[in-house]
Amino acid sequence: MQLFHCPFCGQRDETEFHFGGEAGNIRPDGADVTSERWASYLYLRDNPKGAVREVWVHMTCGEFFVMARDSVSHHVASTTSLDCAEHAQ
Amino acid sequence: MTRRYSALSLIKEGLAGQKGWQPAWRSPEPKKNYDAVIIGGGGHGLATAYYLARTHGISNIAVLEKGWIGGGNTGRNTTVVRSNYYYPESVAIYGLAHRLYEGLSKELNYNVMLSQRGMVFLCHSIGEMEIGARTVNAMQINGVDAEMFSVDDVRRVAPALNFAPDARYPVFGGVWQGRAGTARHDAVAWGYARAASALGVDIIQNCEVSDFIIEGGRCRGVQTSRGTIRTDRIGMAVAGHSSVLAAKAGFRLPINSYALQACVSEPVKPILDTVVLSPGTGVYVSQSDKGEIVIGGALDRTPSYGQRGNLPTLENVISGLLEMFPAFGQLKLMRQWAGIVDVVPDSSPIIGESPLPGLFLNCGWGTGGFKAIPAGGTLLANLLATGKHNDISRPFDLDRFVTGRLLDEAAGSGIAH
Repeated sequence: MQLFHCPFCGQRDETEFHFGGEAGNIRPDGADVTSERWASYLYLRDNPKGAVREVWVHMTCGEFFVMARDSVSHHVASTTSLDCAEHAQ
Repeated sequence: MTRRYSALSLIKEGLAGQKGWQPAWRSPEPKKNYDAVIIGGGGHGLATAYYLARTHGISNIAVLEKGWIGGGNTGRNTTVVRSNYYYPESVAIYGLAHRLYEGLSKELNYNVMLSQRGMVFLCHSIGEMEIGARTVNAMQINGVDAEMFSVDDVRRVAPALNFAPDARYPVFGGVWQGRAGTARHDAVAWGYARAASALGVDIIQNCEVSDFIIEGGRCRGVQTSRGTIRTDRIGMAVAGHSSVLAAKAGFRLPINSYALQACVSEPVKPILDTVVLSPGTGVYVSQSDKGEIVIGGALDRTPSYGQRGNLPTLENVISGLLEMFPAFGQLKLMRQWAGIVDVVPDSSPIIGESPLPGLFLNCGWGTGGFKAIPAGGTLLANLLATGKHNDISRPFDLDRFVTGRLLDEAAGSGIAH
């Protein structure tokens, strides 16, 4: 069992967390968004091998946060509470 | 010198001290130019090379494999072959694969040990029996064999199941596909490799693609750990790492990579002669010809390129297995492993030309790529040879994510990937 660090609760079992998507994937805004842009937002992913930045939610407390980790070793570098500025980076 | 496998050649070689056997495939040095290059020496890549040479007469081709052939997901799956899907487009593609599997040992002159022992997809409630009937109807309309099983039918084919009325997931019946079964996964890779090599295909192992050569907006070759190889047609069948290569080619795919685990028990005497899948526990199980119980389950919950798998999913799978087959609690697990699979939002594969002209995709098979190997190879070969889709591959083009014509088999047939 791997432990993830919830910024609100601290170290908890990985089963309490849910993957929410890649950080920085911002919903397009406005009436004239093209189908290609929607497809990019909804479906296309970087899916990198190695260092990743992802949005996760701690389901037991509802905290959304950004987790920086390695997608091969599963080593967690940091978890930081989610705010729009962080997500947009 | 013995090239063809038969009972007669076995006897001849036995009498001649087994000295005439040849390596099953050649291992040449890569050439500087090919008519086509296929990246990925798993089942799909090797099948693509075979059908390019056999069907389309293009044999000046190379298969580039970064490790050893069949060492990725082809050698890590639970070997099930089936075609119980819902949408006509899916039945067309998986049905093609299923039919080709039935003739594969003869076609390749290599025993892939296809064992059509049948598969039962369990139903655990009255509601699931109704969904099962819908699945059976859809499969029959689409021309694939399927049958609704009562609880007595299930008991007949899998008596070791937990039929207790107070079971957490009581058995109400199931969907039966009699033509489903298992095949020897390594043999599928080796058989295609041997047959392709005999037709002149260069199979080059330990050759990792590090970059694409892009000139005039087209893909013109690859840089590899064994030098530069130029070609105007490149196919890629590198499940698990599709996004990594796509990034080198300058585009993104609708894929997340996840680990899919499997495990086998110690070998025991025959107890289970069908494939059993339970949507309630998320477990599928069969018994190998060697006697091991082969166990698979759901994806891990963490996106990953680590070919290991995490413990919570394994624990879920094993507890589900013991709910289904209480007697299996006496077994000892012998091996556990994981492969990295391409998970696509609509749980259907991606086949077609990539955003980089000259580079063609065969990816996104999720947890079910093994059963589709002959079809994936046939369709990617057709694309590489003609540059165009046929009716079977067209619905699976990458453009469906822009047009919205998704083929959601997670909703259609209840598959978990």
